[in-house]
Amino acid sequence: MEESKQDNAVRIGVYVCQCGSNIAGVVDCDAVAAYAGKLPDVTICRNQGYTCSEPGQNQIKNDIKEFGLNRVVVASCSPRLHEATFRQCVSEAGLNPYLMEMANIREQCSWVHSHDAKNATIKARDLVRSAVSRVRLLAAQTEMDVPVAPSTLVIGGGVAGIQAALDLADSGYKVILVEKQPSIGGIMARLDKTFPTMDCSI
Amino acid sequence: MTDAGRHPNITLLTMSEVKEITGFVGNFHVRILKRARYVKEKECTACGDCVEVCPVIIPDEFNMGLSSRRAIYSPFPQAVPGAFAVDITRCLGHNPIICGKCIEKCKKHCIDFDMNDEEMEFDVGTIIVATGMEAYDPTILDEYGYTRYENVLTSMELERLINAGGPTGGKVIRLTDSKVPKSVAFIQCVGSRSQRRGRPYCSNICCMNTVKSTIMLKEHYPDMEVKVFYIDIRAFGKGFEDLFRRSKGMGVRYIRGLPGDIKQDPRKQDLVLTVENTATNELESHHTEMVVLAVGLEPPSDMKAIQEMLALQTTSDGFYMEAHPKLQPVDSATRGIFFAGCAEGPKDIKDSVTQASAATARAMRLMNPGSLTVEAITAAVDPELCNSCGLCAKVCPYNAINVDTKAKTAAAVTGAACSGCGTCAAECPTMAITMNHFTDAQIEAQIDAVLEGNTAERIPVFACNWCSYAGADFAGVSRLHYPPNTRLIRTMCSGRVHEKFIWRAFAKGAPVVLVSGCHIGDCHYMHANQWTERRIKRIWKKMEKMGLRTERLSLEWISAAEGLRFQAVMEKMEKIRKSVTPKEIAETLRLVKGQKARSKGKASAAAKDG
Repeated sequence: MEESKQDNAVRIGVYVCQCGSNIAGVVDCDAVAAYAGKLPDVTICRNQGYTCSEPGQNQIKNDIKEFGLNRVVVASCSPRLHEATFRQCVSEAGLNPYLMEMANIREQCSWVHSHDAKNATIKARDLVRSAVSRVRLLAAQTEMDVPVAPSTLVIGGGVAGIQAALDLADSGYKVILVEKQPSIGGIMARLDKTFPTMDCSI
Repeated sequence: MTDAGRHPNITLLTMSEVKEITGFVGNFHVRILKRARYVKEKECTACGDCVEVCPVIIPDEFNMGLSSRRAIYSPFPQAVPGAFAVDITRCLGHNPIICGKCIEKCKKHCIDFDMNDEEMEFDVGTIIVATGMEAYDPTILDEYGYTRYENVLTSMELERLINAGGPTGGKVIRLTDSKVPKSVAFIQCVGSRSQRRGRPYCSNICCMNTVKSTIMLKEHYPDMEVKVFYIDIRAFGKGFEDLFRRSKGMGVRYIRGLPGDIKQDPRKQDLVLTVENTATNELESHHTEMVVLAVGLEPPSDMKAIQEMLALQTTSDGFYMEAHPKLQPVDSATRGIFFAGCAEGPKDIKDSVTQASAATARAMRLMNPGSLTVEAITAAVDPELCNSCGLCAKVCPYNAINVDTKAKTAAAVTGAACSGCGTCAAECPTMAITMNHFTDAQIEAQIDAVLEGNTAERIPVFACNWCSYAGADFAGVSRLHYPPNTRLIRTMCSGRVHEKFIWRAFAKGAPVVLVSGCHIGDCHYMHANQWTERRIKRIWKKMEKMGLRTERLSLEWISAAEGLRFQAVMEKMEKIRKSVTPKEIAETLRLVKGQKARSKGKASAAAKDG
């Protein structure tokens, strides 16, 4: 925090992942990395074999420390796959996890435009540019911790409500069981025998 | 039942209703109204002396009206709590006391007509909704003559007649002559599986309930002729098929076909059923002394109040909607609220108990650590800019925003309840709401970035994280080719896409714009995407007025599983994109700039007026 107060400059690291040949087989990763390196505020740009691998992640962590990076862009696969991975990665290097952004150049480029390498590369470049322009404006976010009261309201005193209340109460939680009728039991209490074992309901 | 009544960790509140629930996961505040019982719950020994002297005689709803009870009563012998209660709506009068015979009779002095309804408040961490179901009322199905013929009963009425604790002590009799019928016919799917009347879904329990009842009838009365008219028998559960076979083995006849109508023999009050037997393709007539309608299950008529209090969703069948039909079957979309039993859909006792234990496990999973981490991507209101119009609170699917429109206090977001869809930020007319991690500036920077360069060929696509972005991922995994000039901008929900984002894209020279989200009804944020739809329709109207082709702004619903649909939509967008000429784009730029100037003019005029 002390350091960021002294120096508010944005320093972005961009990591272009080849994903073996998954991305590099179609997209010209060198060209994308070279392009990204020239974008404003980008301090360092690397073209990696597998960014999600341990060496790949260590490179990011080292760069954060060595170059004082305060934003990271990973151009690889879908954030739905690896956003959690890279958030954790940057936070291990002391960066707020919400200062990391991904550009999806696999699912949205190499895998769907494999017949058109030139345009796939142009698109990858554009997606990296979009991610860089977004990451520049991102702010640190904190996940809030809230206390949880160890008690449950169970609405309805039929067989389901009774079972839930008992399970919770036996486990040591306080339960408020609310029933609108004068007795619990619900529909179940009206039945004589129950299928498939023909035993009584109450 | 008795365990629940005496457990030290359970506060049992009968004759009670939930009046208000505020707060959020881990910290719900509940207000409950406990109606006066007029009998001291702890002191009453259920001796029944009071009942004997009560002069009010009314139908007993517990026995489906097949017997009577008094105004002071216990619903059934094993009731929990065992204390009697006064049905104050039927009592001759407690204030002032008109009759008071029960008070005189009670030696323990348990009856207290000065009791008042009590309001109670509790703080709870989680909520389990187990509001159950109701049996279908077959009155509207006139062909079965439920209201006209006394010997046509519902399955619930038979249940009470055959019950040893019921009004006849377990003797099944006809209501017209009090004799045990020589023949009984069951009609299945009454109120279920009908698109026309009743409910379209299968009620799950009626087949097996009928199978059970036929066995009980055959055990009690081996000579009774029992027939079942059905569409198909659904005996899918463990031990169900065995029971079905047992029923057939006992001589119960199963006839495939539902009767078209029932006529009554006016002399003997016997019933004649006309039915097309679909196994033999013949029109048959069956004579029987009693008919039992196997009625289906419905959502309870009074579930609306709880639904609104907790902002819960229902599926098309009217029961509560789970967060995910397969992976989160007992969670509601609101964190910390779970479903147990028929509240979520018709089910039998075993499934209700299973689901209740599952809901319990899910609730304990939240409560056990003592604290929980909530979403960081939440909305925040700038009180300086807020004009307290209340629109944000209206569009919020989670009731996470409080605003007093009368007192004109600024809106406030409950961070722990906010799930981060961003609909409020997109609807706020004064731009007072910031959606953290998806701010206007962040999204606008992306719009500008993807339109840089060869703008006239670009297709900017707003895609929601949960469905359409995932659909694009699925298209990727499936290696489906589509035009490479599409550029996705991810938002958590399509509800986040502010009108100004679209105008900004057009003002930058975008030939077309696509907004995509989850299908209506499947939105990850409950109903947030309905606001997207309204917004886009509003923009289309504006485009029409301005003379812009509305198809240049598309709205498409694409699910996470619809890779093929994503591909088709991208191809459609490219077709529209190709139809947009440079001249049309230039004209759009002129019109959008003009519109901006006008709205600015209006705003400054309004400011002067204000």
